[in-house]
Amino acid sequence: MRIDVNAFLGAYPFRRVPGTSPEALLAAMERTGVDEAWVTHLPGIFWRDPHEGNAWLFQAGARHRRLRPVPAIQPEIAGWDEVLRAAGSARAPAVRSDPTFYGIAPSGPAMRELAAACAAAGMPLMLAVRLEDGRQRHPNDAAGELPAAAVRALIRAAPALRLVVTHADRPFIEEVHFGATPEEARRLWWDISWVWGPPEDHLQTLLETVGADRFVFGTGQPLRLPENGVAKLDLLELEGAARAAIESGNASRLQASAR
Amino acid sequence: MLIDVHAHFLHERTPRADWRERNASRLRAGERVGITFHVASILGSWGQTSPTYFPSPADCRYGNDRMLDLQREHPGRVRAYVTVNPNYTDEALAEMRRCLDAGMIGLKLAASRRADDRLLDPVCRLAAERGVPVLHHVWQHRRRDYPAQEASDARELAALAARHAGVPFILAHIGGGGDWLHSLPVLRDAPNVLVDLSGSGVDGGMLEACLDAVGVERLLWGCDLTIETGWAKLRYLEHLLPAEEIELVRWRNAARIFPRGAFPSD
Repeated sequence: MRIDVNAFLGAYPFRRVPGTSPEALLAAMERTGVDEAWVTHLPGIFWRDPHEGNAWLFQAGARHRRLRPVPAIQPEIAGWDEVLRAAGSARAPAVRSDPTFYGIAPSGPAMRELAAACAAAGMPLMLAVRLEDGRQRHPNDAAGELPAAAVRALIRAAPALRLVVTHADRPFIEEVHFGATPEEARRLWWDISWVWGPPEDHLQTLLETVGADRFVFGTGQPLRLPENGVAKLDLLELEGAARAAIESGNASRLQASAR
Repeated sequence: MLIDVHAHFLHERTPRADWRERNASRLRAGERVGITFHVASILGSWGQTSPTYFPSPADCRYGNDRMLDLQREHPGRVRAYVTVNPNYTDEALAEMRRCLDAGMIGLKLAASRRADDRLLDPVCRLAAERGVPVLHHVWQHRRRDYPAQEASDARELAALAARHAGVPFILAHIGGGGDWLHSLPVLRDAPNVLVDLSGSGVDGGMLEACLDAVGVERLLWGCDLTIETGWAKLRYLEHLLPAEEIELVRWRNAARIFPRGAFPSD
């Protein structure tokens, strides 16, 4: 069983990306042995009202049971709490927010309110550090990257909040993990999409220092090749139970506990 | 056969205390992926006693000696580029002769001088004379000067390649930073520039764009600092291309541009 917690549907505004339809994503999942993908409506991240992408996303999730919708919430837009309520009935394993792309403070009052609401609803909140390598972004793609300080602030602000952070590299993960109490760190999950393998062995190191129970399989497809996540796992010195936890066990437990 | 045309190793006079572990990790991961040859370079002292991208002649010599040691220690796995700083013309030419005579198979130019600068002509003429390719560090679409390197982009490398039509140039790490979409159109009309697929970037659509821009005959497989991304791109290419074309990317294109006999089965 392999769950990709970090996948997208729909066009990317800054370059042509092949394979953004549900059917193409499912084909890529077949190719790489991914059984289930948690999917975000990619164009919606860049819309003034990101909620407008959620209805289509829910429909795609209803049509294709292997795709689990992760609806977007912009907590400075009135009515966002409706999205949180709808997420549960739409089989959403999490909701997401992309404050740097929305142009709102990543750990400001609205994000803290969202964090508290997610905690109260028992719904994990997903955040992305980035979507693309900063060295190649479009000149007008000027949104900042999510600061590690914002993740620390949010996990501290809402005691029952569970955060899934995607596209983080080793220094980011270490900064947050070791800047959190053990209790806070147990409410954080990291996808492996932006963590380097050998010869730097960042992922191997993190599995030893942070622990395999904190990591989930994520790819960032179709913006990035899903083969990368599988190759990364294949290069690890990892016993079977730990690999299974990363590939699906940790994500399964996370979504099972979503109320 | 699988040839990684863009690999690096470390040594004890670099800032990395874990240099042995990193070298061993590269070789161990290579075994798992099935890399037959790591064609590698060492950029001087990697910043210890001169800047990584502006290595002193003394650091170039020391790093090249360590690369020769690695090639001797792993004759069935490691091949070497000679690294020089073209700002020191006499030293660079002497170092090229010394290292190519000792069995190195290519020239590595990092970012000590812009690629279209005439100062690169002497080392490229010697590369032509010795029949070796030039692997050139490239920032895909340099929009400004970045600290600690005089980076070149594809347009500048293409200008150098046009002046040295008999030399195969390897545009380094198309996935290694910067806007690869900006580099690829430049390369359509630069037939002696090949694209090295290495780099941490694994963007969806990048490999299709590379194939469209330069064709499968000008693609070279490599990893640079992230072996998993190299393996991922190889796996995806196996989905895109028929078996005979995969062989071109895996090793045949590399065997074509490196000196005859550089690899046992070419």
